[in-house]
Amino acid sequence: MLALAVPLLLLAAAGRGRAAAAGPGRDALREELLLSPLPAGDVAATFQFRTRWDADLPRGAVSHYRLFPKALGRLVAALGVRELHLALTQGFWRTQAWGQPPLQAPAGAELWVWFQPSVTDVDKAWKELSNILSGIFCASLNFIDATNTVTPTASFKPLGLANGTDHHLLRYAVLPREVVCTENLTPWKKLLPCGSKAGLAVLLKAERLFHSSYHSQAVHIRPICRDASCLAVSWELRQTLTVVFDTFSSGQGKKDWSLFKMFSRTLTDACPLASQSKVYVDISPKNKEKELLEVTPLPTSVYEAIVQGDKRSYAVYDLLSPSLFNTSRSLNVQFKWKRPEDSSEMPIPVLHAQRYVSGYGLQTGEISTLIYNTHPYRAFPVILLETVPWYLRLYVHTLTIITKGKENKPSYIHYQPAQDRRQPHLLEMLIQLPANSVTKISIQFERALLKWTEYPPDPNHGFYVGSSVLSALVPSIIAMKDMDVEESPLFTSLFPSSDGSSYFVRLYTEPLLVNLPTPDFSMPYNVICLTCTVVAVCYGSFYNLLTRTFHVEEPSRGGLAKWLANIIRKFRGVPPL
Amino acid sequence: MAAAEPSTGWVRAAAALLLGCCGTALSSSVQDQAEQFFRSGHTNNWAVLVCTSRFWFNYRHVANTLSVYRSVKRLGIPDSHIVLMLADDMACNPRNPKPATVFSHKNMELNVYGDDVEVDYRSYEVTVENFLRVLTGRIPPSTPRSKRLLSDDRSNILIYMTGHGGNGFLKFQDSEEITNVELADAFEQMWQKRRYNELLFIIDTCQGASMYERFYSPNIMALASSQVGEDSLSHQPDLGIGVHLMDRYTFYVLEFLEEIHPASQTNMNDLFQVCPKSLCVSTPGHRTDLFRRDPQNVLITDFFGSVRKVEITRETISLDRNIAGYESKLPKDELAREPRKYAEQLPVARIIHQKPKQKDWHPPGGFILGLWALIIMVFFKTYGIKHMKHIF
Repeated sequence: MLALAVPLLLLAAAGRGRAAAAGPGRDALREELLLSPLPAGDVAATFQFRTRWDADLPRGAVSHYRLFPKALGRLVAALGVRELHLALTQGFWRTQAWGQPPLQAPAGAELWVWFQPSVTDVDKAWKELSNILSGIFCASLNFIDATNTVTPTASFKPLGLANGTDHHLLRYAVLPREVVCTENLTPWKKLLPCGSKAGLAVLLKAERLFHSSYHSQAVHIRPICRDASCLAVSWELRQTLTVVFDTFSSGQGKKDWSLFKMFSRTLTDACPLASQSKVYVDISPKNKEKELLEVTPLPTSVYEAIVQGDKRSYAVYDLLSPSLFNTSRSLNVQFKWKRPEDSSEMPIPVLHAQRYVSGYGLQTGEISTLIYNTHPYRAFPVILLETVPWYLRLYVHTLTIITKGKENKPSYIHYQPAQDRRQPHLLEMLIQLPANSVTKISIQFERALLKWTEYPPDPNHGFYVGSSVLSALVPSIIAMKDMDVEESPLFTSLFPSSDGSSYFVRLYTEPLLVNLPTPDFSMPYNVICLTCTVVAVCYGSFYNLLTRTFHVEEPSRGGLAKWLANIIRKFRGVPPL
Repeated sequence: MAAAEPSTGWVRAAAALLLGCCGTALSSSVQDQAEQFFRSGHTNNWAVLVCTSRFWFNYRHVANTLSVYRSVKRLGIPDSHIVLMLADDMACNPRNPKPATVFSHKNMELNVYGDDVEVDYRSYEVTVENFLRVLTGRIPPSTPRSKRLLSDDRSNILIYMTGHGGNGFLKFQDSEEITNVELADAFEQMWQKRRYNELLFIIDTCQGASMYERFYSPNIMALASSQVGEDSLSHQPDLGIGVHLMDRYTFYVLEFLEEIHPASQTNMNDLFQVCPKSLCVSTPGHRTDLFRRDPQNVLITDFFGSVRKVEITRETISLDRNIAGYESKLPKDELAREPRKYAEQLPVARIIHQKPKQKDWHPPGGFILGLWALIIMVFFKTYGIKHMKHIF
């Protein structure tokens, strides 16, 4: 029995050891959940699952996939993808009310990809990629084609390692009409190494996740440094899911939350394949007072860091530490607001934006974007990327940028006009935002009349204009130190930071819904009926008149009936017929 | 001779027993052969489930399709063999008071949407063209596998369609129709290309029987929820959701299918009787003249379930313990000579001084060329050729 026990122990030790360290050719999984309370009592939950694989995907003939999903690995290798970012979102992140998002995505589906320099026909690879992804994620990404793809020239720099940034290898497309539902969540969950059976993913139940104000799930693949010396490349797959629960629809109006109330599940264990599995709760004090939240059960530790330029503290629950599940089999993190409702001290984010369409009628209109810089003394530049479909014809001579009453000339402007049915409008501008100001950018457009076969089956719903993208380096209140990527939590290491004085943020504005002049689709039928009737009646009678021959007809003799009637009349003495 | 009699009696009894055994063995093999003749002989199952209606008030059509999807998945057909086409999204529709759910029974008893659903063709992708391409296999090469019907000549296919229909047509998304002639031709193409072994076609629309009138390919069995001139009616509204949840025919088919498990021996005749006129108000119809076998011998699971081949083995198989040796054979990663770095996210100076890439120069064509040719011609006509030396 001892002889049996020893190899078993060895195996167990080796197994645990293997899970902890990722040697060459190995992959490692880290999972994390961040719960951040928002002003007004809502709560945002961000899941991040990150698989790091120390292999050179594009080069090596890799055939043994362990934690990294094979579908995505083969995609990256076969199509020469350097970076892939796909996000499917339902709802809109209200930056003004909720603060700066850790990671935002526009409503609908967004896909942006950097290809390797070795790819010769980028458009063909892009089309194939969108088709394959539409099969993997059950989304209609096959509608991505030349009419909604653009090549940005200054935004969307690569988030991973990059040798050079030739923007011809970048493609960006957004489908604002895309619906996100359980059929997109199911394949997303199947890409996780533990599926939805163990670890943090047991909380992902569709019925609770879609009953929310904002639901965004994303997949990010990029190459990263393997270690601090950065001589070798590893591939990273991050799957993120952000959901915002509303106080009134999910919380029954009370400002206390728990994992069970949010997800109708609690955590029972960590994913056995994960090397790290943590839950962070944001307990940062607002306005330097005592803590905002009261958290139960007691956290394993408290983590303090400077995130998005501000000092924050988090209560950490480490699911892999043996002391956590000592008292109870399941972990149900509960937190309650300590102070009574106090809406006067809602923190305003430094950068937020708004976009709307104005005008009347179905001929012309105007798209206006308002960008707010609420920093008291620092000015910073922002790149605005707008993609407008070809059927809204922009008039660039009406583009005006006004800040504090004066005109603001952009430092860099790139405009690519649309070609009917081939290309959308692309407008990219680098604008300096002065401190404590509102910048209004407006441009007028004219609506086009589409061919009657180009209308979707429900044209009276309207047509969507995708969100515009704002990329900015926002100055941070407290300088950030360079942190080791492997030690810091995942929500701090998505954007590579260059220096600590500012942090990078990417915001999206609202999508717009615009009505195009819609024809009456029953008119072809009506015209055919009316024309045929008129032709039949007029031409038919005319034709009859022309071609009918007339001949005189002899009056008939009457026959037997007349003869009988005459006999009766003779008897009566009346003159005959 | 008293001693010989019991021995001959014993021999006679043994002979009789032996003959009896042979007889039963022979007859059982004959019975086996006869059963083989009545069995379908298919090796895999596919399902194509189509909902053709858009808009919130057609919630019941999506619920119909999802309840058939649910039954088919439960009885064993995997997602990779199901092509599910839903023309609109009801579960995450803003008007749905319970997001991510689609109910089939009132008081929200049964959520047919579930937690594990994969829709292959969504909203605007459900068109007549895509449907016919899926059936006939003439799909553009970049279509992913989950959107293809990869059936062969030993596949049994279940095709379920629901929506609004009329005499001889079925409406797709309120903007186009498919006629019964097109559908019959598509099935004939499938037969010519040997894309099915047997096909079961179920349709739940108004005047559904008109859709199967024109079929002419062999091995097709068809069921419809109403005859020509009749309307199929919906079952019950739910006051919480505000719309009708299911159609009557599919509701009773779902109740019938809930009783079936993968090993049931229920046959098609029971499916034909599933909804009498008292329950369904319309008269369901069926067509079996093109089908080779007798519906009595066709099991429900021939179409709604799937064939599973299970091999039980008792020997242990040892996986290769030489993983370490395998890993050493992986190609060594190329180490760069100098460290790589991340790109700067917003390099303002570089962006401002970026020169726009010159587009490739194309010679002028069309209008511009004609204009310049006209100008040059007029010039030389007016001033004569002798002035050319002053210009060039």
